[in-house]
Parts: sequence; structure tokens; C-alpha cells
Amino acid sequence: MSSEQEAESIRCLVAKVGLDGHDRGAHVVARAFRDAGFEVIYSGLHKSPEEIVQAAVQEDVDVLGISILSGAHDTLVPKIMDGLEEYGAKDDTLVLAGGVIPDEDREGLKDAGVAAIFGPGTSIEETIEFVRENAPQR
Amino acid sequence: MTMDADDESLLEDLLAGKHRALARTISKIENRSPGYRDLVSELYAHTGDADVIGITGSPGAGKSTLVDKLAETYRDRGETVGVIAIDPSSPFTGGAVLGDRIRMASTVGDMDVFVRSMSARGTLGGLSTATADAVKAMDAFGKDKIIIETVGAGQNEIDIVRTADTVAVLVPPGSGDDIQTLKAGILEIADVFVVNKADRDGADRTVQELRDMVQLGDESGAAGGGGHHSQEVIDAHDDWDGETDADGDEAEDWTPPIVETVATKGTGVETFIDELANHRAYLVESGTRAEKVRQRYAEEIRTLLREDVHALLEDELDASGGINGLADAVRRGETDPYSIANDVLAPVEACVENLETEPDEDGSSRE
Repeated sequence: MSSEQEAESIRCLVAKVGLDGHDRGAHVVARAFRDAGFEVIYSGLHKSPEEIVQAAVQEDVDVLGISILSGAHDTLVPKIMDGLEEYGAKDDTLVLAGGVIPDEDREGLKDAGVAAIFGPGTSIEETIEFVRENAPQR
Repeated sequence: MTMDADDESLLEDLLAGKHRALARTISKIENRSPGYRDLVSELYAHTGDADVIGITGSPGAGKSTLVDKLAETYRDRGETVGVIAIDPSSPFTGGAVLGDRIRMASTVGDMDVFVRSMSARGTLGGLSTATADAVKAMDAFGKDKIIIETVGAGQNEIDIVRTADTVAVLVPPGSGDDIQTLKAGILEIADVFVVNKADRDGADRTVQELRDMVQLGDESGAAGGGGHHSQEVIDAHDDWDGETDADGDEAEDWTPPIVETVATKGTGVETFIDELANHRAYLVESGTRAEKVRQRYAEEIRTLLREDVHALLEDELDASGGINGLADAVRRGETDPYSIANDVLAPVEACVENLETEPDEDGSSRE
């Protein structure tokens, strides 16, 4: 029992950023991550990029999952990435994006530092598998 | 103790006030990463300045919301704040959803409020085993006030006493009848009672029941002997509000005040903070603080030793064929858990007996 407790747990921040009130998907992901044995911090709705950065840094998360269904990803995600960089957290945080993100925007987000984008229809197992394989080893 | 170069620079950054270093240190502590003990051991020299406040109470009592308002008020007074919020972990997968942060909305954007969510990682008693060490990290970082919010599991959530200087127990209105207040456990540990959601029906009654309980405690405990006061006598003290000390010789004792708050609106938070400060002053003046700190370190030493012995035993278990094999033997009716415990421990006991003449060198030098 105790040896399991001492094992490292993958910490994730599931974040809703900007003016976007749809959090059903974020809840589903948070719950699935929990059941996968991850420690999930949920940001709550309507967070600014600065708040997400603050939470990601203070909580020292391995994975930051950003859920955006508002279409403002090209504005908000780079702000978050810049913020992470400011605290020296960009390189060893696995940043994922989910929600409604058009194909033509994906390349730009990846250039900004987003590791993977999971759009509608992605199976939750695929996401969990990706996190397990790519969560930074510290 | 010695640290490797990475930990050395981590410690340096933490003491220099870099947030990421504090975050990383707490992760190391939580994960029991290699070298974390040496790191925590180095932190001790820089601790002792922070006030540690514990907030406990049943789920949904309003702990997170009150902590948020506390942090905000302390910030307004120019003090830096660290918050450790603990949520339960799943007994099946070890996973957790840590949701306390959502309520901490008043202080976002203010990096001088450092909020860290922790999962209980399987421990009972409302705190994670890493909590006390995480408090040390925040203390060394230079936080003036450190607020610990417990899981909120229920009646036996008393670990917080061993970690916090001052414990506030939140009791929402309608938490059961007066028999609940007689029970042992969570209500015994309060230095300050907070009746949160005081704008709801039943708040007055809850305050009254707590007041009665505090008075009963004074009667039986502080007055010495006790028992000779019947309930009628206590009831006759209508004017007795629990805060005035009738007998002068009881100045040494602390009577938990009862504060009414409405955390969502911030009502009563100033009064709450004043009572926390009063308790702090009492601890210092009465010398109770020294006693508490001594007990805390004693407990920490015990816990560390227990962990070490535990690790030793795991090795012994592996040497005896692993826990699963042994458990299977019990299932097949070949032996029983007591015999196995004896057998596994035998070589350890033999070793200890041989060593018994040597003095214990590490136990008492820390304080």
C-alpha cells in the first residue's frame, strides 16, 4: 500500500480559458484522468491566461490541458505559453489543447509549443495513453 | 547532510523567492523523490517564522471559500500567504480531482498567494503525509501565514492538530443535534469555532449548541473535579457567554471563541482573523506554543522513524517471498497472519537486540 503512495503521480491541470462556458468536456476529461490514476486540478470556468499560468506554476503540473471552444485559441494559447516561459516552466510542461480547433490553426499552435491537439471525436483512451507516454520525466 | 548539485540550486532558488523552485520542492516532497529528505532537512534552518493555521470541517462547510477570503484579507494587510488545500484521492486508482483552487478566486493574479493543491494519497486523518514538509517549504520560502485546508472527511479528521498552530473548525448550521457536540474527535480540536453560512436558518441554534458544549468543557475540565455541576446549574448561567473567565486562576486556559461568518460575502472574516491572532498571542504568552512545537517535532521524528522501519520491513517481506505469497499461504490455511508477522520480524528483532547497547544518536538532537 505505502509503496504505491510513494510512487510519483502524474499531475494535470485541466484549464478552461477565456469567455467560454462549455465545461462538459473538461469535466469528462478530468474524471477520466482521475480514473486513470492522475491527480487532476480543475481550474474552473472563465480563467485568464495569467491565472492558468499561475496555477500551472504553483501546482507544478506535468501536464496542462487547455480546453477551448470559443475560437480564441490563437490569442489565448500563446499568452499561456509566454507566461510559462517567464517562470521557466515551458520546457517541461506537456501542453495539450482540446475543443473546437480548426485544422488550419493546428500548425500554429504546435509551433507555439502545444504538444498535441485533441479535437471532437478523440477517444479518451487515446488522450490518456498520450499523457502516459509523454508526461515529462523530471 | 549532503545534497546533490540540483537540490543545492533548488534550495538556493527557493530561498531567493522563486515560485517555481517552491513548487518543485513541494513536488519532490510529495513524490518522496530521491534526496527529498536532505532537502527538507536543510529547510529547517530557515523555518519558524510563519503562522500555521488549519481549517477543517465537513465537506461543503465552506472551507475553501473561507480560506480564499482569509488569504485576501491577509494580503490587504500586507502579509504573504501560502495555502495548502488537500482533497481526497481515490482508494482504487490513486487518482484525484483537486477542486479547492476554483474557490480561491479573490487572489488570482497575485503570486504572493501561493496555492498548492495536494491529494491525500491514501492517508486518513485529513492530511497527506507530505503536508508537514510542504509547510516547512512554504515557511522557508518566507510566507507569513500558511493556511492548511483539510480533506473535510468527517469526525476523525484530527491530524491537523499536529501540524497547525491554530485550528479552526467550521460547523455549518444544521450539523446535527447537541449530542453531536458531545462526541470525541473533530470538535475537540478547535481553537476557534466558525459557524459559516451564518445567514442560514438554524445558525443561531448551532452557535448556542457550540456555546453549551464549550461551557460543559470548562465546567468539567478547567474547574477541576467537575461532575458536581448539573445541567441545571449550567443552564442557570444565562449571562455566561463563554468568553469571560469567572475564575481568575484560569487565565492559562483558552476557551475557543465562536465566530459567525458568511464566507461568500466576506462577513465576519475580520473577526475571525482577530480571533486567530488572539489565539496566537495566547500560545506565545502561555508558553503553549513551545510545548506544541516540541510535540510536533516529537511526532515528526516518530513518523520518520516509522517510515524507515516500514521500508526495512518491506525488504524483509520481499526476502520472505513477498506479501502475495504469504497472503496466499494464509488463504490456503497453511498459516496465519500473526505467525507470519512474527517470522518476518524475527531477523529484525535479532539485529536490534544485538545493537541495543549502542546509544541512539539521532533521536533527540533535532530540537
